Amino acid sequence: MSLIEVRGLSKFYGPYAAVRDVSFDIKEGEVVGLLGLNGAGKSTILKILGSFLLPSSGGASMAGFSVEDDSDRVRELIGYLPDRPPLYDEMRVVPYLRYVAKLKNVAPGKIDERIADVLRKTNLVEVAWQPLGELSHGFRQRVGIAQALIHNPRVIILDEPINGLDPVQIVEMRDLILSLRGKHTVILSSHILSEITRTCDRILIIDKGRLVAEGNEAELEKAFVTSMRVVAEIKGTCDMAALKGLSGVRRVIEAQSAASGTKILTVECDGDLRAVIAKTLITSGAELLEIGREGDGLETVFMNLVRASKDTTPSNGSSEAAHG
Amino acid sequence: MDKTWHIASRELAAFFNTWMGYVIVAAALVIDGLLFNAFAVGNEPKLSAEVLADFFYFASGMSMVAGIFLAMRLMAEEKQNGTIALLYSSPVSERQVIYGKFLSALLFSMILQVASLYMPGLVMVHGKISVGHIAAGYLCLTLLGATTISLTLFVSTLAPNQLVAAVGGAFGTVILLTLWMLAKVVDQPFKDIFGWLSIHNDHFTPFSNGIVNLKDLMFYVGLVVFFLECATRALAGRRCQG
Repeated sequence: MSLIEVRGLSKFYGPYAAVRDVSFDIKEGEVVGLLGLNGAGKSTILKILGSFLLPSSGGASMAGFSVEDDSDRVRELIGYLPDRPPLYDEMRVVPYLRYVAKLKNVAPGKIDERIADVLRKTNLVEVAWQPLGELSHGFRQRVGIAQALIHNPRVIILDEPINGLDPVQIVEMRDLILSLRGKHTVILSSHILSEITRTCDRILIIDKGRLVAEGNEAELEKAFVTSMRVVAEIKGTCDMAALKGLSGVRRVIEAQSAASGTKILTVECDGDLRAVIAKTLITSGAELLEIGREGDGLETVFMNLVRASKDTTPSNGSSEAAHG
Repeated sequence: MDKTWHIASRELAAFFNTWMGYVIVAAALVIDGLLFNAFAVGNEPKLSAEVLADFFYFASGMSMVAGIFLAMRLMAEEKQNGTIALLYSSPVSERQVIYGKFLSALLFSMILQVASLYMPGLVMVHGKISVGHIAAGYLCLTLLGATTISLTLFVSTLAPNQLVAAVGGAFGTVILLTLWMLAKVVDQPFKDIFGWLSIHNDHFTPFSNGIVNLKDLMFYVGLVVFFLECATRALAGRRCQG
Protein backbone atom coordinates (compact mmCIF):
# COMPACT_ATOMS: atom_id res chain seq x y z
CA MET A 1 0.00 0.00 0.00
CA SER A 2 1.23 3.51 -0.80
CA LEU A 3 2.18 5.88 2.00
CA ILE A 4 1.67 8.96 -0.17
CA GLU A 5 -1.10 9.15 -2.75
CA VAL A 6 -1.45 12.10 -5.09
CA ARG A 7 -4.48 12.22 -7.36
CA GLY A 8 -5.24 14.80 -10.06
CA LEU A 9 -3.37 17.50 -8.17
CA SER A 10 -3.58 21.00 -9.65
CA LYS A 11 -2.58 24.38 -8.30
CA PHE A 12 -3.51 27.62 -10.00
CA TYR A 13 -2.22 31.10 -9.21
CA GLY A 14 -4.95 33.15 -10.80
CA PRO A 15 -5.26 31.90 -14.37
CA TYR A 16 -1.81 30.29 -14.34
CA ALA A 17 -1.30 26.65 -13.55
CA ALA A 18 1.78 25.88 -11.47
CA VAL A 19 0.79 22.22 -11.20
CA ARG A 20 -1.59 20.44 -13.55
CA ASP A 21 -3.34 17.14 -12.95
CA VAL A 22 -0.42 15.37 -11.30
CA SER A 23 -0.94 11.84 -9.90
CA PHE A 24 1.58 9.48 -8.34
CA ASP A 25 2.12 7.11 -5.42
CA ILE A 26 5.06 6.72 -3.07
CA LYS A 27 5.63 3.58 -1.00
CA GLU A 28 6.92 3.54 2.58
CA GLY A 29 10.73 3.67 2.70
CA GLU A 30 11.20 4.87 -0.88
CA VAL A 31 13.52 7.73 -1.79
CA VAL A 32 11.80 9.58 -4.61
CA GLY A 33 13.16 12.54 -6.54
CA LEU A 34 11.21 15.24 -8.33
CA LEU A 35 13.30 16.28 -11.29
CA GLY A 36 12.53 19.37 -13.29
CA LEU A 37 13.83 22.68 -14.48
CA ASN A 38 13.58 25.74 -12.25
CA GLY A 39 9.93 26.79 -12.12
CA ALA A 40 8.64 23.39 -13.23
CA GLY A 41 6.29 23.09 -10.24
CA LYS A 42 8.38 20.85 -7.96
CA SER A 43 8.30 23.18 -4.95
CA THR A 44 4.56 23.71 -5.32
CA ILE A 45 3.97 19.95 -5.20
CA LEU A 46 6.20 19.64 -2.13
CA LYS A 47 4.44 22.53 -0.39
CA ILE A 48 1.09 20.86 -0.97
CA LEU A 49 2.47 17.57 0.37
CA GLY A 50 3.85 19.55 3.31
CA SER A 51 0.28 20.66 3.98
CA PHE A 52 1.02 24.34 3.92
CA LEU A 53 -0.37 25.11 0.53
CA LEU A 54 -3.82 23.99 -0.47
CA PRO A 55 -4.40 22.52 -3.93
CA SER A 56 -6.85 24.17 -6.33
CA SER A 57 -8.21 20.78 -7.34
CA GLY A 58 -7.39 17.14 -6.83
CA GLY A 59 -5.79 16.05 -3.61
CA ALA A 60 -3.07 14.22 -1.78
CA SER A 61 -3.03 11.99 1.25
CA MET A 62 -0.34 10.72 3.55
CA ALA A 63 -0.88 7.49 5.48
CA GLY A 64 -4.56 7.94 4.71
CA PHE A 65 -4.75 11.50 6.03
CA SER A 66 -5.78 14.20 3.58
CA VAL A 67 -3.36 17.13 3.33
CA GLU A 68 -6.40 19.43 3.23
CA ASP A 69 -8.76 17.98 5.81
CA ASP A 70 -6.33 16.37 8.28
CA SER A 71 -3.47 18.83 7.93
CA ASP A 72 -2.50 18.59 11.62
CA ARG A 73 -2.08 14.82 11.35
CA VAL A 74 -0.14 15.20 8.10
CA ARG A 75 2.15 17.83 9.65
CA GLU A 76 2.94 15.42 12.48
CA LEU A 77 4.00 12.83 9.91
CA ILE A 78 6.35 15.04 7.92
CA GLY A 79 9.65 16.77 8.32
CA TYR A 80 10.06 19.57 5.81
CA LEU A 81 13.12 21.40 4.56
CA PRO A 82 12.16 24.27 2.25
CA ASP A 83 14.55 25.60 -0.40
CA ARG A 84 15.72 28.12 2.22
CA PRO A 85 16.26 26.57 5.68
CA PRO A 86 13.77 28.11 8.15
CA LEU A 87 16.27 29.36 10.71
CA TYR A 88 16.03 32.15 13.29
CA ASP A 89 19.45 33.75 13.00
CA GLU A 90 19.52 35.08 16.55
CA MET A 91 19.08 31.59 18.04
CA ARG A 92 21.76 28.98 18.67
CA VAL A 93 21.54 25.51 17.17
CA VAL A 94 20.46 23.53 20.26
CA PRO A 95 17.85 26.02 21.54
CA TYR A 96 16.49 26.23 17.99
CA LEU A 97 16.15 22.45 17.75
CA ARG A 98 14.52 22.42 21.20
CA TYR A 99 12.02 25.03 19.99
CA VAL A 100 11.23 22.98 16.86
CA ALA A 101 10.93 19.77 18.88
CA LYS A 102 8.29 21.32 21.13
CA LEU A 103 6.45 22.73 18.11
CA LYS A 104 6.42 19.24 16.59
CA ASN A 105 5.00 17.55 19.69
CA VAL A 106 8.12 15.69 20.80
CA ALA A 107 7.50 14.48 24.38
CA PRO A 108 9.38 16.72 26.86
CA GLY A 109 11.32 13.77 28.26
CA LYS A 110 12.56 12.79 24.80
CA ILE A 111 13.69 16.19 23.53
CA ASP A 112 17.32 16.02 24.69
CA GLU A 113 17.67 12.52 23.32
CA ARG A 114 16.24 13.56 19.94
CA ILE A 115 18.50 16.63 19.77
CA ALA A 116 21.59 14.51 20.48
CA ASP A 117 20.49 12.02 17.81
CA VAL A 118 19.94 14.58 15.04
CA LEU A 119 23.12 16.48 15.92
CA ARG A 120 25.05 13.25 15.48
CA LYS A 121 23.25 12.25 12.28
CA THR A 122 23.78 15.62 10.65
CA ASN A 123 27.33 16.15 11.96
CA LEU A 124 26.42 19.31 13.82
CA VAL A 125 27.98 18.50 17.17
CA GLU A 126 30.89 20.90 16.65
CA VAL A 127 28.56 23.86 16.01
CA ALA A 128 25.84 22.87 18.50
CA TRP A 129 26.07 26.15 20.42
CA GLN A 130 26.89 28.49 17.54
CA PRO A 131 24.41 31.23 16.62
CA LEU A 132 22.54 30.17 13.47
CA GLY A 133 23.30 33.50 11.83
CA GLU A 134 27.03 32.76 11.96
CA LEU A 135 26.89 29.33 10.29
CA SER A 136 28.10 28.63 6.76
CA HIS A 137 25.59 27.73 4.06
CA GLY A 138 26.43 24.04 4.35
CA PHE A 139 25.89 23.99 8.11
CA ARG A 140 22.66 25.98 7.76
CA GLN A 141 21.41 23.36 5.33
CA ARG A 142 22.35 20.65 7.84
CA VAL A 143 20.45 22.42 10.61
CA GLY A 144 17.52 22.59 8.19
CA ILE A 145 17.66 18.82 7.82
CA ALA A 146 18.11 18.39 11.59
CA GLN A 147 14.90 20.32 12.25
CA ALA A 148 13.11 18.16 9.69
CA LEU A 149 14.33 15.01 11.48
CA ILE A 150 13.83 16.15 15.07
CA HIS A 151 10.47 14.40 15.59
CA ASN A 152 11.59 11.27 13.70
CA PRO A 153 8.95 11.72 11.00
CA ARG A 154 7.81 8.96 8.65
CA VAL A 155 8.13 11.27 5.66
CA ILE A 156 10.93 13.74 4.97
CA ILE A 157 10.39 16.37 2.29
CA LEU A 158 13.52 18.12 1.04
CA ASP A 159 13.18 20.97 -1.43
CA GLU A 160 16.43 21.44 -3.37
CA PRO A 161 18.61 20.17 -0.49
CA ILE A 162 21.89 20.59 -2.40
CA ASN A 163 21.16 24.03 -3.78
CA GLY A 164 24.10 26.37 -3.30
CA LEU A 165 26.39 23.79 -1.70
CA ASP A 166 30.04 23.40 -2.68
CA PRO A 167 31.29 20.03 -4.03
CA VAL A 168 32.39 18.76 -0.61
CA GLN A 169 29.13 19.80 0.99
CA ILE A 170 27.22 18.12 -1.86
CA VAL A 171 28.96 14.82 -1.15
CA GLU A 172 28.22 15.18 2.58
CA MET A 173 24.58 16.02 1.89
CA ARG A 174 24.28 13.07 -0.49
CA ASP A 175 25.65 10.74 2.20
CA LEU A 176 23.23 12.22 4.70
CA ILE A 177 20.26 11.62 2.38
CA LEU A 178 21.45 8.10 1.65
CA SER A 179 21.68 7.44 5.39
CA LEU A 180 17.95 8.19 5.66
CA ARG A 181 17.09 5.44 3.18
CA GLY A 182 15.05 2.65 4.72
CA LYS A 183 14.34 4.55 7.94
CA HIS A 184 12.20 7.27 6.39
CA THR A 185 10.29 7.86 3.21
CA VAL A 186 12.13 10.67 1.48
CA ILE A 187 10.83 12.89 -1.27
CA LEU A 188 13.24 15.47 -2.61
CA SER A 189 13.40 17.86 -5.50
CA SER A 190 16.33 18.90 -7.62
CA HIS A 191 17.18 20.17 -11.05
CA ILE A 192 20.57 18.42 -10.92
CA LEU A 193 20.29 15.11 -12.75
CA SER A 194 23.38 13.44 -11.33
CA GLU A 195 22.27 14.00 -7.74
CA ILE A 196 18.79 12.64 -8.33
CA THR A 197 20.16 9.46 -9.91
CA ARG A 198 22.65 8.93 -7.09
CA THR A 199 20.22 9.36 -4.23
CA CYS A 200 16.78 8.30 -5.45
CA ASP A 201 15.11 4.94 -6.00
CA ARG A 202 12.59 6.48 -8.34
CA ILE A 203 12.40 9.68 -10.34
CA LEU A 204 9.35 11.79 -11.20
CA ILE A 205 10.08 14.16 -14.07
CA ILE A 206 8.05 17.35 -13.83
CA ASP A 207 7.82 19.87 -16.61
CA LYS A 208 5.57 22.94 -16.72
CA GLY A 209 3.53 21.61 -13.85
CA ARG A 210 2.89 18.21 -15.40
CA LEU A 211 4.28 14.81 -14.50
CA VAL A 212 5.82 13.79 -17.82
CA ALA A 213 7.52 10.53 -16.79
CA GLU A 214 8.27 8.38 -13.77
CA GLY A 215 10.36 5.33 -12.98
CA ASN A 216 13.88 4.39 -12.00
CA GLU A 217 16.82 5.34 -14.22
CA ALA A 218 16.81 2.06 -16.15
CA GLU A 219 13.04 2.13 -16.71
CA LEU A 220 13.15 5.70 -17.96
CA GLU A 221 16.00 4.95 -20.34
CA LYS A 222 14.24 1.85 -21.64
CA ALA A 223 11.05 3.78 -22.23
CA PHE A 224 12.45 6.99 -23.65
CA VAL A 225 15.94 6.39 -25.08
CA THR A 226 15.43 5.09 -28.62
CA SER A 227 18.95 5.61 -29.88
CA MET A 228 22.42 5.60 -28.44
CA ARG A 229 25.89 6.72 -29.50
CA VAL A 230 28.55 4.20 -28.53
CA VAL A 231 32.15 5.42 -28.58
CA ALA A 232 34.99 2.89 -28.87
CA GLU A 233 38.74 3.50 -28.85
CA ILE A 234 40.72 0.80 -30.69
CA LYS A 235 44.25 0.07 -31.79
CA GLY A 236 44.91 -1.69 -35.11
CA THR A 237 42.40 -2.43 -37.81
CA CYS A 238 38.87 -3.72 -37.64
CA ASP A 239 36.26 -5.06 -39.99
CA MET A 240 34.17 -1.93 -40.63
CA ALA A 241 31.77 -3.81 -42.91
CA ALA A 242 30.96 -6.25 -40.13
CA LEU A 243 30.39 -3.38 -37.73
CA LYS A 244 28.13 -1.50 -40.12
CA GLY A 245 26.27 -4.70 -40.91
CA LEU A 246 25.22 -5.29 -37.31
CA SER A 247 21.49 -5.22 -36.79
CA GLY A 248 20.47 -1.90 -35.22
CA VAL A 249 23.59 0.04 -36.27
CA ARG A 250 22.64 3.19 -38.18
CA ARG A 251 25.98 4.84 -38.83
CA VAL A 252 29.65 4.51 -37.92
CA ILE A 253 31.94 7.54 -37.78
CA GLU A 254 35.68 6.87 -37.77
CA ALA A 255 38.31 9.27 -36.52
CA GLN A 256 42.04 8.99 -36.00
CA SER A 257 43.64 10.20 -32.81
CA ALA A 258 46.89 11.88 -33.89
CA ALA A 259 48.38 11.96 -30.40
CA SER A 260 47.96 8.32 -29.43
CA GLY A 261 47.72 6.74 -32.87
CA THR A 262 44.42 5.09 -31.95
CA LYS A 263 41.08 5.12 -33.76
CA ILE A 264 37.90 6.53 -32.27
CA LEU A 265 34.74 4.90 -33.58
CA THR A 266 31.38 6.51 -32.91
CA VAL A 267 28.53 4.11 -33.58
CA GLU A 268 24.96 5.43 -33.77
CA CYS A 269 22.60 2.58 -33.00
CA ASP A 270 19.09 1.66 -31.86
CA GLY A 271 19.34 0.80 -28.17
CA ASP A 272 22.28 -0.38 -26.11
CA LEU A 273 24.53 -2.43 -28.45
CA ARG A 274 27.76 -1.96 -26.50
CA ALA A 275 28.28 -5.70 -25.84
CA VAL A 276 27.69 -6.69 -29.49
CA ILE A 277 29.92 -3.91 -30.79
CA ALA A 278 32.72 -4.86 -28.40
CA LYS A 279 32.49 -8.51 -29.44
CA THR A 280 32.55 -7.60 -33.15
CA LEU A 281 35.58 -5.35 -32.73
CA ILE A 282 37.56 -7.99 -30.82
CA THR A 283 36.65 -10.79 -33.23
CA SER A 284 37.73 -8.68 -36.18
CA GLY A 285 41.20 -8.35 -34.70
CA ALA A 286 41.12 -4.88 -33.19
CA GLU A 287 42.60 -4.15 -29.78
CA LEU A 288 39.72 -2.62 -27.79
CA LEU A 289 41.06 0.01 -25.41
CA GLU A 290 37.82 1.58 -24.24
CA ILE A 291 34.11 1.46 -24.99
CA GLY A 292 31.28 3.51 -23.56
CA ARG A 293 28.17 5.49 -24.31
CA GLU A 294 28.22 9.13 -25.21
CA GLY A 295 26.39 11.41 -22.75
CA ASP A 296 24.18 10.47 -19.81
CA GLY A 297 21.15 8.30 -20.41
CA LEU A 298 18.88 10.13 -18.03
CA GLU A 299 20.05 13.45 -19.38
CA THR A 300 18.90 12.32 -22.81
CA VAL A 301 15.56 11.21 -21.38
CA PHE A 302 15.13 14.50 -19.58
CA MET A 303 16.04 16.65 -22.56
CA ASN A 304 13.79 14.63 -24.87
CA LEU A 305 10.85 14.97 -22.50
CA VAL A 306 11.38 18.68 -21.94
CA ARG A 307 11.69 19.29 -25.69
CA ALA A 308 8.57 17.24 -26.38
CA SER A 309 6.69 19.15 -23.70
CA LYS A 310 7.91 22.46 -25.15
CA ASP A 311 6.53 21.51 -28.55
CA THR A 312 3.08 20.91 -27.08
CA THR A 313 3.05 23.83 -24.63
CA PRO A 314 0.00 26.09 -24.70
CA SER A 315 0.57 29.81 -25.24
CA ASN A 316 0.66 30.71 -21.51
CA GLY A 317 3.21 28.02 -20.71
CA SER A 318 6.10 30.28 -19.80
CA SER A 319 4.06 32.22 -17.31
CA GLU A 320 2.86 29.02 -15.69
CA ALA A 321 6.35 27.81 -15.09
CA ALA A 322 7.35 31.03 -13.39
CA HIS A 323 5.16 30.15 -10.42
CA GLY A 324 6.63 26.74 -9.71
CA MET B 1 -2.26 27.24 25.00
CA ASP B 2 1.01 25.40 25.42
CA LYS B 3 2.02 26.02 21.78
CA THR B 4 0.83 29.65 22.00
CA TRP B 5 3.05 30.24 25.01
CA HIS B 6 5.91 28.36 23.32
CA ILE B 7 5.75 30.64 20.28
CA ALA B 8 5.38 33.70 22.53
CA SER B 9 8.42 32.83 24.63
CA ARG B 10 10.66 32.39 21.55
CA GLU B 11 9.43 35.67 20.15
CA LEU B 12 9.92 37.45 23.47
CA ALA B 13 13.48 36.12 23.63
CA ALA B 14 14.02 37.42 20.08
CA PHE B 15 13.18 40.95 21.29
CA PHE B 16 15.98 40.65 23.86
CA ASN B 17 18.43 38.89 21.53
CA THR B 18 18.33 41.61 18.89
CA TRP B 19 18.92 45.35 19.05
CA MET B 20 15.32 46.04 18.05
CA GLY B 21 13.76 45.53 21.49
CA TYR B 22 16.38 47.60 23.31
CA VAL B 23 16.13 50.45 20.82
CA ILE B 24 12.34 50.57 21.15
CA VAL B 25 12.48 50.55 24.97
CA ALA B 26 15.25 53.14 25.13
CA ALA B 27 13.60 55.49 22.62
CA ALA B 28 10.18 55.19 24.28
CA LEU B 29 11.60 55.84 27.75
CA VAL B 30 13.63 58.85 26.63
CA ILE B 31 10.69 60.43 24.82
CA ASP B 32 8.29 59.58 27.68
CA GLY B 33 10.71 61.19 30.14
CA LEU B 34 11.11 64.35 28.05
CA LEU B 35 7.36 64.74 27.56
CA PHE B 36 6.79 64.10 31.27
CA ASN B 37 9.27 66.77 32.25
CA ALA B 38 8.28 69.33 29.63
CA PHE B 39 4.50 69.02 29.53
CA ALA B 40 3.13 66.82 32.32
CA VAL B 41 5.16 68.48 35.10
CA GLY B 42 5.69 71.77 33.21
CA ASN B 43 6.29 75.13 34.86
CA GLU B 44 2.74 75.91 35.98
CA PRO B 45 1.43 74.77 39.36
CA LYS B 46 -0.84 71.72 38.96
CA LEU B 47 -2.64 69.19 41.08
CA SER B 48 -0.85 65.86 41.29
CA ALA B 49 -3.83 64.12 39.66
CA GLU B 50 -3.60 66.53 36.72
CA VAL B 51 0.12 65.83 36.34
CA LEU B 52 -0.63 62.14 36.31
CA ALA B 53 -3.49 62.51 33.80
CA ASP B 54 -1.17 64.52 31.52
CA PHE B 55 1.53 61.87 31.90
CA PHE B 56 -0.91 59.18 30.78
CA TYR B 57 -2.00 61.36 27.86
CA PHE B 58 1.56 61.63 26.51
CA ALA B 59 2.51 58.06 27.46
CA SER B 60 -0.51 56.78 25.52
CA GLY B 61 1.04 58.13 22.32
CA MET B 62 4.32 56.37 23.03
CA SER B 63 2.48 53.19 23.93
CA MET B 64 0.77 53.18 20.54
CA VAL B 65 3.94 54.02 18.60
CA ALA B 66 5.90 51.32 20.47
CA GLY B 67 3.08 48.87 19.70
CA ILE B 68 3.45 49.54 15.98
CA PHE B 69 7.23 49.06 16.07
CA LEU B 70 6.97 45.90 18.17
CA ALA B 71 4.33 44.28 15.97
CA MET B 72 5.56 45.25 12.50
CA ARG B 73 8.08 42.42 12.35
CA LEU B 74 5.97 39.69 13.94
CA MET B 75 4.70 38.03 10.75
CA ALA B 76 6.41 40.08 8.02
CA GLU B 77 9.86 39.00 9.24
CA GLU B 78 8.81 35.33 9.21
CA LYS B 79 7.85 35.74 5.55
CA GLN B 80 10.99 37.71 4.67
CA ASN B 81 13.30 35.13 6.29
CA GLY B 82 11.37 32.08 5.12
CA THR B 83 10.87 30.87 8.71
CA ILE B 84 7.10 30.87 8.17
CA ALA B 85 7.65 27.51 6.44
CA LEU B 86 8.52 26.05 9.84
CA LEU B 87 5.25 27.25 11.34
CA TYR B 88 3.22 26.17 8.32
CA SER B 89 4.74 22.68 8.30
CA SER B 90 4.38 22.13 12.07
CA PRO B 91 1.25 20.86 13.82
CA VAL B 92 0.32 24.29 15.10
CA SER B 93 -2.83 26.24 14.24
CA GLU B 94 -2.92 29.70 12.71
CA ARG B 95 -4.64 30.96 15.86
CA GLN B 96 -1.84 29.63 18.07
CA VAL B 97 0.72 31.40 15.88
CA ILE B 98 -1.12 34.73 15.90
CA TYR B 99 -1.98 34.71 19.60
CA GLY B 100 1.56 33.61 20.49
CA LYS B 101 3.05 36.46 18.47
CA PHE B 102 0.60 38.93 19.99
CA LEU B 103 1.32 37.74 23.51
CA SER B 104 5.08 38.25 23.05
CA ALA B 105 4.70 41.85 21.86
CA LEU B 106 2.15 42.58 24.58
CA LEU B 107 4.46 41.26 27.28
CA PHE B 108 7.34 43.30 25.89
CA SER B 109 5.12 46.36 25.79
CA MET B 110 4.22 45.73 29.44
CA ILE B 111 7.92 45.56 30.31
CA LEU B 112 8.22 48.99 28.73
CA GLN B 113 5.29 50.22 30.86
CA VAL B 114 6.89 48.88 34.03
CA ALA B 115 10.15 50.68 33.16
CA SER B 116 8.23 53.97 33.01
CA LEU B 117 6.72 53.50 36.48
CA TYR B 118 9.35 55.77 38.03
CA MET B 119 7.53 58.82 36.60
CA PRO B 120 4.18 58.30 38.36
CA GLY B 121 6.33 57.14 41.29
CA LEU B 122 7.90 60.61 41.46
CA VAL B 123 4.45 62.21 41.39
CA MET B 124 3.36 59.91 44.18
CA VAL B 125 6.39 60.75 46.31
CA HIS B 126 6.08 64.51 45.80
CA GLY B 127 2.30 64.80 45.62
CA LYS B 128 -0.90 63.05 46.48
CA ILE B 129 -2.31 60.46 44.08
CA SER B 130 -3.93 57.07 44.54
CA VAL B 131 -2.48 53.72 43.49
CA GLY B 132 -5.86 53.07 41.82
CA HIS B 133 -5.35 56.11 39.58
CA ILE B 134 -1.95 54.81 38.50
CA ALA B 135 -3.32 51.29 37.97
CA ALA B 136 -6.25 52.57 35.85
CA GLY B 137 -3.91 54.68 33.71
CA TYR B 138 -1.48 51.83 33.14
CA LEU B 139 -4.35 49.48 32.33
CA CYS B 140 -5.36 51.86 29.56
CA LEU B 141 -1.79 52.24 28.29
CA THR B 142 -1.62 48.44 28.07
CA LEU B 143 -4.98 48.27 26.29
CA LEU B 144 -3.98 50.97 23.79
CA GLY B 145 -0.68 49.19 23.19
CA ALA B 146 -2.55 45.90 22.73
CA THR B 147 -4.88 47.53 20.21
CA THR B 148 -2.08 48.89 18.03
CA ILE B 149 -0.13 45.63 18.37
CA SER B 150 -3.11 43.58 17.20
CA LEU B 151 -3.86 46.01 14.36
CA THR B 152 -0.23 46.07 13.17
CA LEU B 153 0.04 42.29 13.58
CA PHE B 154 -2.93 41.95 11.24
CA VAL B 155 -1.25 44.25 8.70
CA SER B 156 2.05 42.39 9.22
CA THR B 157 0.29 39.16 8.25
CA LEU B 158 -0.74 40.70 4.95
CA ALA B 159 2.33 42.86 4.27
CA PRO B 160 5.31 41.62 2.25
CA ASN B 161 7.84 43.28 4.57
CA GLN B 162 8.25 45.07 7.89
CA LEU B 163 8.27 48.56 6.41
CA VAL B 164 4.90 48.09 4.75
CA ALA B 165 3.59 46.54 7.97
CA ALA B 166 4.74 49.57 10.00
CA VAL B 167 3.28 52.07 7.53
CA GLY B 168 0.02 50.13 7.35
CA GLY B 169 -0.16 49.80 11.13
CA ALA B 170 0.53 53.50 11.59
CA PHE B 171 -2.07 54.42 9.00
CA GLY B 172 -4.71 52.22 10.65
CA THR B 173 -3.86 53.65 14.07
CA VAL B 174 -4.15 57.23 12.81
CA ILE B 175 -7.55 56.42 11.30
CA LEU B 176 -8.76 54.95 14.57
CA LEU B 177 -7.34 57.91 16.48
CA THR B 178 -8.92 60.59 14.31
CA LEU B 179 -12.38 59.09 13.96
CA TRP B 180 -13.59 61.48 16.66
CA MET B 181 -12.77 64.39 14.35
CA LEU B 182 -14.78 62.77 11.59
CA ALA B 183 -17.61 62.25 14.07
CA LYS B 184 -17.84 66.03 14.46
CA VAL B 185 -18.59 66.66 10.81
CA VAL B 186 -21.01 63.84 9.96
CA ASP B 187 -24.68 63.33 10.77
CA GLN B 188 -26.30 60.64 12.85
CA PRO B 189 -25.98 57.68 13.06
CA PHE B 190 -22.38 57.94 11.80
CA LYS B 191 -21.64 60.65 14.37
CA ASP B 192 -22.19 58.16 17.21
CA ILE B 193 -20.57 55.25 15.39
CA PHE B 194 -17.37 57.13 14.53
CA GLY B 195 -17.24 58.71 17.97
CA TRP B 196 -17.61 55.31 19.62
CA LEU B 197 -14.99 53.70 17.37
CA SER B 198 -12.31 56.28 18.13
CA ILE B 199 -9.70 54.56 20.30
CA HIS B 200 -8.50 57.55 22.25
CA ASN B 201 -10.96 60.27 23.15
CA ASP B 202 -14.07 58.96 24.92
CA HIS B 203 -12.63 55.61 25.90
CA PHE B 204 -9.26 56.88 27.13
CA THR B 205 -10.16 59.94 29.23
CA PRO B 206 -11.92 58.09 32.07
CA PHE B 207 -8.92 55.76 32.49
CA SER B 208 -6.49 58.69 32.59
CA ASN B 209 -8.55 60.18 35.40
CA GLY B 210 -8.46 56.94 37.35
CA ILE B 211 -11.92 55.64 36.37
CA VAL B 212 -12.31 52.16 34.90
CA ASN B 213 -15.56 51.66 32.97
CA LEU B 214 -16.43 48.12 31.99
CA LYS B 215 -17.77 49.31 28.61
CA ASP B 216 -14.45 51.00 27.79
CA LEU B 217 -12.55 47.93 28.90
CA MET B 218 -14.73 45.72 26.72
CA PHE B 219 -14.31 48.12 23.80
CA TYR B 220 -10.52 47.72 23.79
CA VAL B 221 -10.66 43.96 24.43
CA GLY B 222 -13.22 43.58 21.63
CA LEU B 223 -11.09 45.56 19.20
CA VAL B 224 -7.99 43.49 20.06
CA VAL B 225 -9.85 40.18 19.58
CA PHE B 226 -11.32 41.48 16.31
CA PHE B 227 -7.89 42.30 14.83
CA LEU B 228 -6.38 39.05 16.11
CA GLU B 229 -9.14 37.04 14.50
CA CYS B 230 -8.67 39.02 11.25
CA ALA B 231 -4.96 38.17 11.41
CA THR B 232 -5.78 34.50 12.02
CA ARG B 233 -8.08 34.47 8.97
CA ALA B 234 -5.48 36.27 6.89
CA LEU B 235 -2.80 33.73 7.83
CA ALA B 236 -5.13 30.84 7.00
CA GLY B 237 -5.96 32.57 3.72
CA ARG B 238 -2.29 32.82 2.82
CA ARG B 239 -2.01 29.07 3.26
CA CYS B 240 -4.67 28.61 0.58
CA GLN B 241 -3.02 31.04 -1.80
CA GLY B 242 0.62 30.20 -1.21
